[in-house]
Amino acid sequence: MNRLPRWLLLALAIAPALGLLVFYAWPLATLVVEAVTATAIADTLGRASTWKVIWFTGWQAVVSTLATIVVGLAPAYVLARYEFRWRAVLVGVLTAMFVLPTVVMGAAFLALLPDSLDRTVWAVIGAHVVFNLAVVVRVVGSLWEHLPTDMEAAAATLGASRWKVATQISLPLVRPAVTAAATIVFLFTFTSYGVIRVLGAPGTRTIEVEVWRRATQLGDIGGAAVLALLQLVALIAIVSWSTVAQRRHAQAIGLLPTSGRRRPRTAGERRFVALVAGAALVVAAAPLAALVVRSFSTPTGWSAAAWSDLGKAEIRPGIRIGIDPVDAIVNSLTNAAWATSLAVVIGALASLAIVAAGRAGRALDGGLMLPLATSAVTIGFGMLITFDTAPVDWRASWWLVPVGHALIAVPFVVRTCVGVLRSVDPAMGMAAATLGASPVRAWRSTVVPYLWRPLVVGAALATAISLGEFGATSFLSRSGGETMPIAIEQLLGRTGSILQAQGFALATLLATTTVILVVIVERLQSPLTGRVDR
Amino acid sequence: MNGHPGLDVENVSVSFAAAPAQAAGGAERPTGRNLVLDGVSLSVESGEVVALLGPSGSGKSTLLQVIAGIVAPDSGRVLVHGVDVGNRPTHLRGVGMVFQDNQLFPHMSVLDNVAFGPKMAGVGRSERTERAETWLRRVGLSGFEERGVTDLSGGEAKRVALARTLAAEPAVVLLDEPLTGLDRELHDRLAAELGTLLHDAKVTALLVTHDHDEAAMIADRTAQLADL
Repeated sequence: MNRLPRWLLLALAIAPALGLLVFYAWPLATLVVEAVTATAIADTLGRASTWKVIWFTGWQAVVSTLATIVVGLAPAYVLARYEFRWRAVLVGVLTAMFVLPTVVMGAAFLALLPDSLDRTVWAVIGAHVVFNLAVVVRVVGSLWEHLPTDMEAAAATLGASRWKVATQISLPLVRPAVTAAATIVFLFTFTSYGVIRVLGAPGTRTIEVEVWRRATQLGDIGGAAVLALLQLVALIAIVSWSTVAQRRHAQAIGLLPTSGRRRPRTAGERRFVALVAGAALVVAAAPLAALVVRSFSTPTGWSAAAWSDLGKAEIRPGIRIGIDPVDAIVNSLTNAAWATSLAVVIGALASLAIVAAGRAGRALDGGLMLPLATSAVTIGFGMLITFDTAPVDWRASWWLVPVGHALIAVPFVVRTCVGVLRSVDPAMGMAAATLGASPVRAWRSTVVPYLWRPLVVGAALATAISLGEFGATSFLSRSGGETMPIAIEQLLGRTGSILQAQGFALATLLATTTVILVVIVERLQSPLTGRVDR
Repeated sequence: MNGHPGLDVENVSVSFAAAPAQAAGGAERPTGRNLVLDGVSLSVESGEVVALLGPSGSGKSTLLQVIAGIVAPDSGRVLVHGVDVGNRPTHLRGVGMVFQDNQLFPHMSVLDNVAFGPKMAGVGRSERTERAETWLRRVGLSGFEERGVTDLSGGEAKRVALARTLAAEPAVVLLDEPLTGLDRELHDRLAAELGTLLHDAKVTALLVTHDHDEAAMIADRTAQLADL
C-alpha cells in the first residue's frame, strides 16, 4: 500500500508527544495530586476568603460578559450590514485591541482612567469590555453578515416596526452566535489574570490571581492547587453547557453565500452608522491613545524622558529599583526566539504526523490543543511545583520560560498548518506514486512543500504569544529574568511618575510589536481565529 | 373602498450605484449608476389581480420592492387606495409581500409565522391563533400548526408564506415570482389554488412572473414591464 512507513510517523510524533507528556500532562497530574487531599480541600473550602474570591470571579465575569454583549451588538450589526469609509479602520482597531497582551490592556486602562477610578472593579470591567468587543463583533457579525436581509423586509411587510424586527426576528436569529460569543467572553473574563494584576485592588481577586497569590506570595501550594482545579472543573462545565445550549438553539437558516453589506441609503441610516461606528472607534482607540500620551507625560509637562531613560537602571544615582526595562526587552526577545523556534519545530512535526496518521493523529491533535483550554496560570503553576526536585529541579533553568511559552503557542502553529496540509489533494501523492515515487518520496514532494507558508504565520503568532505571555511567566521567571509584561506590571505597581511613565512606554512598545506581528499574520492568512495573548 | 384604484404606481424611476469596485488599497472608486426602472406607471383596481410580465433583469422585483418601501425610488409616487405612501416605512404601508424564497422565520413554528402579522397589528393571542388556523386551513395545511418551517416541503413552505401574507390582511398583496423553483405538477396545482385564493379573498394583488401560462392562470389581467 501507499502508506507512510510506521517508523516515519513515530519519528514525527515522538517529540510533540513527549513534550506534551512531560511539560503538560505531568504538571497537571502533580497539581491534581497536590489538590486532592482531604486537608487541602477542607482547609481551602472552609475559608471565607476562598468563597469571596469565587463570588467575585463569577459576578465580574457575568457583568463583563453582559456589558460586552450589550456594547458590542450595535457595532456588530453596523459592521456586518453596512459598507462605509472607516469600516476597515474600525475592524483593525477592534482586532488590535483583542490581540493586545492582557498586561498591556490593563496598562492602557490605567492610563485612560482618572486616578479615582484606577484599581477598581469598574476599571477591570471596562477593560474586559473593550478587550472582548472584537469577539462579539466577529462572532455575531459573521452570522449577521450572511443572514438574508429579505427576512427582515418580510417582517416589515407583515407590519413589524424597526424595533419589532430587531427584537422578534434579527436578535432571535443571531442568538446562537450571541451565545457562542458570550461563552468565549465569559471564559476570558472568568480566567482574567493580567488585567486584574495591573488594574485590580486588593479586594478584586479572581481565582487566577488568588492561585498566584497563594502559590507565590503565601506559599500555600495545596490551597492554590485546589483553586486551580476548581477553576478547571468550572471551565469544563461552562463549555459543556454552552455546547448543549448552542446545539439546542441551532436552526437551519438559509445563509447568503456572500455578504449583504451595502452603503447606508437614507439620512437616518447614515446618522445611525456614523454614531455607532464613531462611538465604537472612540471606545476602542481611547485606551491605546492614552497609553501613548501617558508615556510622554510627567508632572512637569511633556517629556520623552521615560523613553530615553529606559536604559537607565538607576532612578537616582546609586539607587536601583530592581527592574531594568532594557533587560526586560532583551529577556523577552531571547525568550521569544527560543519559544518560537521550539513551537515551530514541534508544531511542524506534529502537523505532519496529525495529517498523515489518521486516528492516532486525531488523538495527538486533541492532546496538543489541551494547553489552549487550560489557563496559562494553571500551566505555569503546575510546572513550578513539578520541576522543583532533583533530577528535574529545572526552576532555575533559563529554558523553562520559553518551554512554557512554546507549549501555549504550539496549538496555534498546529491549527494554521493542519488546515493547509489537509487541503492538499491526495491525488497528487497518487500521481507521484504512479510516476515511480515511493510513499516517503511522494509525501516529501507533494505534502511537505505546503508546510512553509503556514509555518511563517505560525511563527509570527508564536512570537506574539511569547512576547505578551504573562500568566505562566509570572510563575516561572526568575529574578533578573523579567520579561516585558512582568516589568510592565512591576513598574505600574510602584509609585512614582517616572516609573509609571516607563511602564506606559514599555507597554506602548509591546503593543506596537504585537500589532505589527498580528498585521503580518492577517496579511498572510485570514481570518485570524483565537486570541494571541493568554 | 374609496373609489381610488387599490394600487397606483406613478412614474417610478430607480437607479442603483454600480457595484463599487474595490481598489487595491481598499478605497472605492465610483463607477456611476445603473438605471433599473425608468418612469414606470401602473394601476391595479381594488380587488383586481394583475400579473406583471418581463424577462429577468427587467426590474420587476425592484418595482415590488419600491411599492413595499424596501427600496427608495429616485422619483415617482406609490399610492395605496389613493394615499401616497412614499414617506411611510414598510410596516406602515399596508403592503404585504410573498417573497420568491418565502423568507419564513426559521425560529418560529408554522402557526407563529402565520400569526406574526396579526400579532404586529396588536391582535390578541386567541384571536390571532384562530385567524392563523383559518388561513392554514384555507391553504390546505391544517395539522401543520406546530411544525417547524425548516422541515416543510417546497410546496408546503410556499403555502405557509402565502397564508402568512394574507393573514396580515394587507391592502395590497405583492407576489415576487411565487411559484419559481417548484416542479411542473406542483406548480400548476398551486397556480390554480393561488388564483382561487386571491380572488376569494378579494385582495388587490400584483404578481411578478416571467411565465405567461402562470400569469394567465392566476391573474385577471397581464401587463408587460417593457410596455409600461
